[in-house]
Amino acid sequence: MANAPLQAAAFAPPKGRGLPSTSTLMILVGFFALMIWSYVGTEFSLRGLLGGESAAQIGTYVTKLFPPDLSRDFLLKTGYWTLETFAMSFLGTLLAVLIALALVFFSSRNLMFAGPLFEMERSRPSVRAVRTGLYLSAKATLNLLRTVPHIVWALILVFAVGLGPFPGMLALGIHTGGVLGRLFGEVVENVETQPIEALQATGATRLQILFYGVLPQVLPEFVAYTLYRWEVNIREAVILGYVGAGGLGQQIQIAISLFLEHRLLTLILAIYVIVTLVDYLSAYLRGRLV
Amino acid sequence: MQSDAPSVPADLTLSARRSPYFPVVFSVLFLLTFVGSYRLAQVQPLLLVEAEGRRNIWKFVSGMFPPDLSWNFLSLLGRPILETIQISLMGTFMAVAIGFPLGLLATSSLTFKGILNERETAGSRPRALLRRGSYLLARAVLSLFRTIPEFVWAFMFVRAVGLGPFPGVLAIGISYAGMLGKVYSEILEHVNPGPLEALQSTGASKVTIILYGLIPQALPNVVSYTLYRWECAVRASAILGFVGAGGIGQQLEISMRMFNFNQVFTLVAILFVMVAGVDALSARARRAILGRQRV
Repeated sequence: MANAPLQAAAFAPPKGRGLPSTSTLMILVGFFALMIWSYVGTEFSLRGLLGGESAAQIGTYVTKLFPPDLSRDFLLKTGYWTLETFAMSFLGTLLAVLIALALVFFSSRNLMFAGPLFEMERSRPSVRAVRTGLYLSAKATLNLLRTVPHIVWALILVFAVGLGPFPGMLALGIHTGGVLGRLFGEVVENVETQPIEALQATGATRLQILFYGVLPQVLPEFVAYTLYRWEVNIREAVILGYVGAGGLGQQIQIAISLFLEHRLLTLILAIYVIVTLVDYLSAYLRGRLV
Repeated sequence: MQSDAPSVPADLTLSARRSPYFPVVFSVLFLLTFVGSYRLAQVQPLLLVEAEGRRNIWKFVSGMFPPDLSWNFLSLLGRPILETIQISLMGTFMAVAIGFPLGLLATSSLTFKGILNERETAGSRPRALLRRGSYLLARAVLSLFRTIPEFVWAFMFVRAVGLGPFPGVLAIGISYAGMLGKVYSEILEHVNPGPLEALQSTGASKVTIILYGLIPQALPNVVSYTLYRWECAVRASAILGFVGAGGIGQQLEISMRMFNFNQVFTLVAILFVMVAGVDALSARARRAILGRQRV
C-alpha cells in the first residue's frame, strides 16, 4: 500500500474528452447488472433499512442492549471467558507455526529440487522422484488444511474430543497452519539467491545453507506473518465458540439465544477490548522483532 | 507443543536493538503466557488418541466417502451457491458505501492536517476542534465496526431482522465497512502531496482537489483492496449461513448436524472451487488495474 503514487502514475489514463471507451462502458454496465442481481437476490431493501420496518427492528434491538450487565459476578466470569478466548488464539497460533514450519521446507520447490542448490546435482531418478513426491504431498496437505474452513474443523474436532476450548484451539491451529504454510512457502521461494550461492561456493552443506543462508532471510517475515495471523485468530476464536469451542463465542450464543441482551453487550465490549489489545500487542511486537 | 518456536526470532534482535533486557523479559512473558494459556484452554492432547476420539474421527472420515453426488442433493445447492455470491457482492457494495465516506473523514490529511487545511484551521480554534472531533469519531466508529467479528454482527442482525440473506448482507456490510474505511484512509494519507499542492496553488476548491488530485492517485489501490476484500467476503458469507444468514453455510450446518458427512465433503469441495474461482477472477482484475504489478 505504501507505493501508491508510483502505481497511480502508471494508471492515470489520458483524460479523453467525449464518450468513455467501450471497454469502460462494458465494465460499468456489468457492474450495475451485478449490483441489481445481488440486490434482488438478497432481498435487500433500502427503504426497509432506512426508516422502514428493519430500521425499527434494529433500533428496538439496540435499545434493549443497554445498559450492559456490569454486576461483579458477571464481569469476573466475562474476564475468565475472555482469557479463555485469548488462550485459544495464542495456542492455536503456536500450533499453526509448528505445523507450518514442519511442512514449509518440504513445500518449497527451491529447497526440494529446483534452483541453484540442485543445478550441479545429477541425482538418481529415484531420489528425484522421492523429493518431488515429498514436495507434492506437503503442498497437498497444506492445501487441505487451508481449504476446510476453521468452523468445519472445529465441528469435526468437537465431535471427536468433546466440547471446550481445546478443540477450538486445535481447529485454529490446523486451519491457520495451512494458511501460514502457504505464506511461509512464498517467502522461502522468494529468498535472495546470492547469499545461498556464496555459501555454496564456500562448500557449505545443504543444511548449513538452510541455517545460514535461508533462515536468517525468512525469519523476520515469518514472524510478521505469524503476528498478523494472530490478529485474525483472536477474531476467529470468538466465532468458534459458536460451535461449542468455549470462550466468549459460546457465551454470546447463549446470551443471544436466551434473550439476555444486557449480558450480550458486556460480552461484545469484552470482544472489543481483547481484540484491540491483541492488535496493539501484535503491532508492538512487530515493531520490536521485525 | 514446544514453546521455543516463536522465541527464536527474539534472538535475532539481540545484536542491534535497544535494551538488552528485552529478550529476557520477552522470553519470560512468553513462557508465562504459554503456561497460563495451556491450563486455561484445557489442553489434553491424549483425547485425540483415546479410543473414543479415534473412533469418532474414523467415523467422520469414513462417513465422508463416497461424497454425496446424488441429483437430489445437488439440486438443492444451486440457489444457496448463487445466494452466497450475491451476499458477498451486496455486502461489499454496502461496505464501500459506508466505508468510503467514513474513510474520507478518518483521513487526517483531509480533515485537519497538512496543506489542504493549513489556511482554514489556522485562524479559528473551534473549527479546528470540530474537524479533529469528526476525525476521531469516524476512527472510533470504524474500529467498532471491524473489531466485532462479522459472525457476531450476523447473529445480532438475524435476531433483529429475521432469517435469510438480508442479515448476512448487513453483517458483511458493517464489519467490512470498518476494514475498508481504515485501509482507504491509510491509502489516502499516503498519496503524493505534489499534485494536491499544485491544484491548490491554482485556486481550486477543496472538492476539486479531492476529485482531481486525490481520487485519481488513490483509486487503483482502493479498487484493488476492495476486490481483495470481496474475496474474503465470499469466504465469510459461506460461513455466515451457520447462524441462519442464508447461503451455502446453512446447508453445511444442516448436513453437519445430521451427521451426513458425505454431504459435508461435497459442500467443502464446492466451497473450495468457488473460493478458488473468485480468487483467480479478482487476482486477474487486480493485476489489470495495477498494471501488471504483483499484488
